[in-house]
Amino acid sequence: MSGTLTIDDQTIPFSDGQTIIEAARTAGVYIPHLCHRPGFTPHGSCKLCTVKVNGRTCSACTFPAAEGQKVINNSEELQEARLRITQMLFVEGNHFCPTCEKSGNCELQAVGYHLNMLDNHFPHFYAHRKVDASHPDILIDHNRCIFCNLCVRASRESDGKDVFGIAGRGIHKRLIVNSPTGQLKDSNISVEDCAVQVCPTGAILVKRTGYKTPIGGRIYDQHPISTIACKKKEADTT
Amino acid sequence: MKTFLETVLAEADYQPVRLLKILRAVQAQYRHIPETAIDILTDKLNIPRTQIIAVVEFYSFLHATPQGRYDLLFSDSITDRMQNKENLLSYAAETLKVKVGKVRKDERVSLNNTSCTGMCDQGPAGLINGYPLPRLDRAKIDTIAALIEQELPLKDWPAALFQVEETLHKPGLMLTQPFSNGDAIKATFKRGLTETLAEVDLSNLRGRGGAGFKTALKWRTCAIQAATPRYVICNADEGEPGTFKDRMLLNLYADQVFEGMTLCAAIIGSTQGLVYLRAEYLFLYEKLQQVLQNRRDQGLLGTTILGHEGFDFDIEIRMGAGAYICGEASAQIESLEGKPGIPRTKPPNSVICGYLRKPTVVDNVETFFATTHIAIKGGQWFADVGTPQSTGSKLLSISGDCARPGIYEYPFGTRISEILSDCGAEEVMGLQIGGPSGTFISNRELERTLAFEDLSSAGSFMVFNKTRNIFDIVQNFTEFFAHESCGFCAPCRVGTSLLKNQLNKIIEGHGSAVDMEKLSEICLIVKNFSHCGLGETAANPILTTLASYPELYLEQLKRSGFSPGFNLDATLAIARHLTQRDDSAAHLSQQVEN
Repeated sequence: MSGTLTIDDQTIPFSDGQTIIEAARTAGVYIPHLCHRPGFTPHGSCKLCTVKVNGRTCSACTFPAAEGQKVINNSEELQEARLRITQMLFVEGNHFCPTCEKSGNCELQAVGYHLNMLDNHFPHFYAHRKVDASHPDILIDHNRCIFCNLCVRASRESDGKDVFGIAGRGIHKRLIVNSPTGQLKDSNISVEDCAVQVCPTGAILVKRTGYKTPIGGRIYDQHPISTIACKKKEADTT
Repeated sequence: MKTFLETVLAEADYQPVRLLKILRAVQAQYRHIPETAIDILTDKLNIPRTQIIAVVEFYSFLHATPQGRYDLLFSDSITDRMQNKENLLSYAAETLKVKVGKVRKDERVSLNNTSCTGMCDQGPAGLINGYPLPRLDRAKIDTIAALIEQELPLKDWPAALFQVEETLHKPGLMLTQPFSNGDAIKATFKRGLTETLAEVDLSNLRGRGGAGFKTALKWRTCAIQAATPRYVICNADEGEPGTFKDRMLLNLYADQVFEGMTLCAAIIGSTQGLVYLRAEYLFLYEKLQQVLQNRRDQGLLGTTILGHEGFDFDIEIRMGAGAYICGEASAQIESLEGKPGIPRTKPPNSVICGYLRKPTVVDNVETFFATTHIAIKGGQWFADVGTPQSTGSKLLSISGDCARPGIYEYPFGTRISEILSDCGAEEVMGLQIGGPSGTFISNRELERTLAFEDLSSAGSFMVFNKTRNIFDIVQNFTEFFAHESCGFCAPCRVGTSLLKNQLNKIIEGHGSAVDMEKLSEICLIVKNFSHCGLGETAANPILTTLASYPELYLEQLKRSGFSPGFNLDATLAIARHLTQRDDSAAHLSQQVEN
């Protein structure tokens, strides 16, 4: 089955089994997202890709495309909500872009720019989160984790390893590592793993690669995320 | 520990789907889930340790660190608070020499709050090692404290302490029906399976768990799925604060509930049923096991039920471990599969892709109870009662400020004022109908009716009189949702905690007009962008009281020209603690003097 649907009055084709976000991406229409990555099982947790489908609120990354759907993506209401949800992610963790190695390559930051985010809007939680620097090649800075679950899925689906998991409930959610000590050094992760590359923020970083590309020359320094995201191919992890 | 775990694992048939059962046993034995247990279970069940840790951290009654040998919890529903719970909790802390949320040094006792335990008609209530302690008072706390200090085993405690009463003030259409075991199954087979489903259809019965989905449609959809096996799940995770009617049904009418599951199984073609019983109802577990055994002995469960060749069906009871979200059908299914109770993404719906990804009917206790009587009496009998859109009758759990709290059964369409008069409520300020996720109505709206199309309730019906402070209610409910949010999606995970803080800021008198705007803004994000029903309703307590009493919120706002938006003095608490100072110079006043 394939057919067409409209997103903000633009008619786009879709193919069998595609979600709305994938149909949109293929057609070059950007729907903001953080927990989605082509090639991995859709998760639907960040809710940035929320669209209206025939008047009903849906996550574009999980909702199947169907013939004749009328999708609203770029409305003022949705953009405003996306901005607020992004700000929620910023105040939940501890995100300091100026000192973060991921700055310029960070999807969270880039989405913030895309949504014209000028402040954090909400009071900070100042969560106490730790850094796991135990691994010789890989660093986890839990302050920057947004619980998108991409590393969990990448490790399971792409690396066949199950290195990561998400534990806790509510605001106490936390990323955990599958090792007897809970530390990354005791897990079977390796620096080549897809799970290491997939993080949309600076929560998982490869050591000794910092600032190889200077600030100003990085992905989203050059082009907005709205154009980059649509060019991504399946399982393209950068 | 290895031997113990071997026994527990054998009882669970080494099935990872029974992880909660296994961990509950470990928790009961070791008062926490020790690291070594996680190592062994990872190995024996062949699941990642991250799954075990995620489950331990997700459920309130599982712990990573040891709790007391006596783990005393106080139900923190608003009705418990209205019955002096806060005071009693402090008294218990003082008497037992343990801080709330802590374990005493000798590890004999731990004390904490817990979400509503389903005893609102006999609060303030508690739980000790999972068993209910209704109607607590100071004398009882003294008795309990003495028993704890003696380290007397729980089984030797006076039975009166654990006595749960079921008060049926007003039995109606269903509760007054005569019933003998097997009646509904016999009627179903006599009439025919398709014909009985047609009767359920005719009855227009809608799910009693809250969502109100048409039962016959759910069953039919499940029955026509090609995939097998199909499952029948009875949702007995009655977690909505203020609800306890399923407790009563399971306590007094369990046969009629199990019979409803059995006829559902016959109609949809299922061989296995599961009851997801909330952890707070542990006291019913043995009793229900006995009822199931009796039914097996009577040929009402097992193979060739009542002589019908090819009709095999049995029911297994699985316990929850303290998580409100597991009342949501797909979260419950995740939990039944041994995982954290995180609602699944839809589509597909659990009717099509449910337990173990197979077609599954998940229905509320009361729904199954109703289908038993519909099978016997026919659909018209049921449809003749209530309103066209909400047929039949509804069980209500009435609690709060009224002379006669307990269970009532009303035809749909009954006026709220009539219910209030029956339960002896006077000087009513307002009501919470359907629990925190439902609707608050003020005393100006008492002529509204109980119905899906007006005021819908899964069973919770809380009455507040004019001495109550609306903010105590809203604060309790808002904290509840922040505590129970599963944390899967960003709007609910962060939003419910933001709501809690923002509301507190206004209640504490630090809010300005801008803060009211922000409060409404967060409400709408949480309501409109969350993944599941918990988030969609988490802002209801604020939104509905704001609609009824905007003036009360406005009165909370500051009138001074400028003062800081947060509590200045409180932020210095850590500094005072570190420097061990408490003199006047170590404090700040909230108002900035010019």
